[in-house]
Amino acid sequence: MEITAEHLRKTFGSTVAVHDVSFEIARGEVVGFLGPNGAGKSTTLRMLTGVFPPSSGRAVIAGRDVAREPLAARRALGYLPERAASYGEMPVEKYLRFIADMKGIPARDVTAAVREAMGATALEHVSHRLIGNLSKGYRQRVGIAQALIGSPPVLILDEPTSGLDPEQVTDIRGLVQGLGSERTVILSTHVLPEVEAICSRVIIMNRGRILAVDSPSSLEEHLRPHREIAVEVAGARDDVLRVLHAIDGVSGVAADAALPGAPTITYVVRCVHHRDVRREVAAAVAAAGFGLVELKPVVMTLEEIFLALTSRDRLGDEKAVTPPSPQVERVVASH
Amino acid sequence: MRAISAIARRELAAYFGSPTAYVLIGVFLVLSGYFFYSDVALFVTFGAQVLSTGLWRFVFVDYRLVTLLVLPLVTMRLFAEERKLGTIELLWTLPVKDHQLILGKFLAAWIFFAVIVLLAMIPFAVFWVFFPFDLGPPIAGFTGLVLLGTAFIACGIAASTLTENQVVAAMLTYGVLVFFWFMTWNEAVGDESVIRYLLLLSLFDHYYNFASGSIQTVDVAYFLVFAAFFLFIALRSLQSRSWRGVV
Ligand SMILES: Nc1ncnc2c1ncn2[C@@H]1O[C@H](COP(=O)(O)OP(=O)(O)OP(=O)(O)O)[C@@H](O)[C@H]1O
Ligand SMILES: [Mg+2]
Repeated sequence: MEITAEHLRKTFGSTVAVHDVSFEIARGEVVGFLGPNGAGKSTTLRMLTGVFPPSSGRAVIAGRDVAREPLAARRALGYLPERAASYGEMPVEKYLRFIADMKGIPARDVTAAVREAMGATALEHVSHRLIGNLSKGYRQRVGIAQALIGSPPVLILDEPTSGLDPEQVTDIRGLVQGLGSERTVILSTHVLPEVEAICSRVIIMNRGRILAVDSPSSLEEHLRPHREIAVEVAGARDDVLRVLHAIDGVSGVAADAALPGAPTITYVVRCVHHRDVRREVAAAVAAAGFGLVELKPVVMTLEEIFLALTSRDRLGDEKAVTPPSPQVERVVASH
Repeated sequence: MRAISAIARRELAAYFGSPTAYVLIGVFLVLSGYFFYSDVALFVTFGAQVLSTGLWRFVFVDYRLVTLLVLPLVTMRLFAEERKLGTIELLWTLPVKDHQLILGKFLAAWIFFAVIVLLAMIPFAVFWVFFPFDLGPPIAGFTGLVLLGTAFIACGIAASTLTENQVVAAMLTYGVLVFFWFMTWNEAVGDESVIRYLLLLSLFDHYYNFASGSIQTVDVAYFLVFAAFFLFIALRSLQSRSWRGVV
């Protein structure tokens, strides 16, 4: 395992920022850390990167215990802090050289390492500009370039796309996606589509606890009690409803409210268990002589997944039930 | 070593890349030049005979004040600015130990101070061209000044690790240094024996020997211990992030 967190817990005075967080991430994975403000994402990432030690528990990066072999662990690591801060009065290239020196890159390799990092983040044309004069997106890139120096096998990026315009968000996402395959990446975000777009797994946190660890798609399967299919059909509403109901494996049908006289209506067909009845639906609609306009599965967005999980969490709190520890796969499976 | 020198070079570039460095150096030179001039004028007016006690002692005692004024303004940004910017968090994840961070910054401030001291030697050189004098006492004086500055810098760095506010860091440094200066002033407070121990701790009582041209091992040791103590405080303060978090 490239990254291991074992029962990480962090308290500041009487506040418990992170309760009990455990997970493992294999080499080459891109994992998204997702959660609302104050969920404990940054605190967890800081324990992994060794910014501060956990109050209890253990973090291991690339086989190195962060507490016992801090320097070896840090050498395997590139980190973009939440604020992506750097020294405004320094030119980009000088700053990256400084970082390379601090990372102990051999003097003769510094130029190449800096050039490679600037190449990966498309910073070459601003290499002599002062960081303080760059736009936020470019400063963010400088932060990522800095993390890339020395090609560390593990990258931990805390909200790499926060505060950027949509175009730069796409750029940075593309950049992170391009990093994958040979690198292990953790990134945190509030933006759900981001994880859907680039992460193979997602770790959902709330109030210092992990709610779920899974791939975006199988999370949905666990959370959604039934599979649903949206069918758009041209035909008399009541007739269509009757036909759809009659299909074997369909447990319920709901029609969208459509404008009177609209040529087509969209129906949401709920299937028994997880049976896929798309083919049967298509055949039945066609056999009845209606016009089939569109047929597609209803995909739960991460927003919905997240809402489902967090509302469950809140419920658990109200009932003063200690949530099953520590693993989430179990939380998901038990429902 | 590499990391220490990387930090020191970055800090020096930051100092000399901003106008504050030149303002600080300018203030130091103007004030110290003025003191040098007025001390020489006094020496001549009152017809004192012995240079080391009649002139150099006064010059170095005055230089001390200028150093006290300027150095906290040099050291205040070293860690406070990193905290304010948030760059300190990144430094903590680089493969560099806390003591290397401190030593790098210490070295930068120390070199900055060394530049100031070299410039402050200019009036002595000019004076020497016209009236060659015994170099021993001024050498002792400058040794004392450098040691005093070393102690001030260590104290300033410790204060700078405690806060993200540079002004607070400077004020704290002034407070501590002035305390170590004034603690033997109120002789009415303690009896003889207490004062004797306080004298051992007092910053400037150890400086006066240097100013009068004599280098004592005890005084050298005092300043080195003083500096080491505050660098240790700085180290502990950086490590307090384990319960304090990233502020
Ligand atoms: N130094 C600190 N002292 C006290 N409490 C802290 C400290 N740092 C973090 N916390 C608390 O810990 C909790 C988790 O904070 P954290 O920054 O990890 O959240 P996050 O998930 O990163 O949120 P965001 O999405 O807003 O960045 C918050 O309630 C925060 O107030
Ligand atoms: Mg955060």
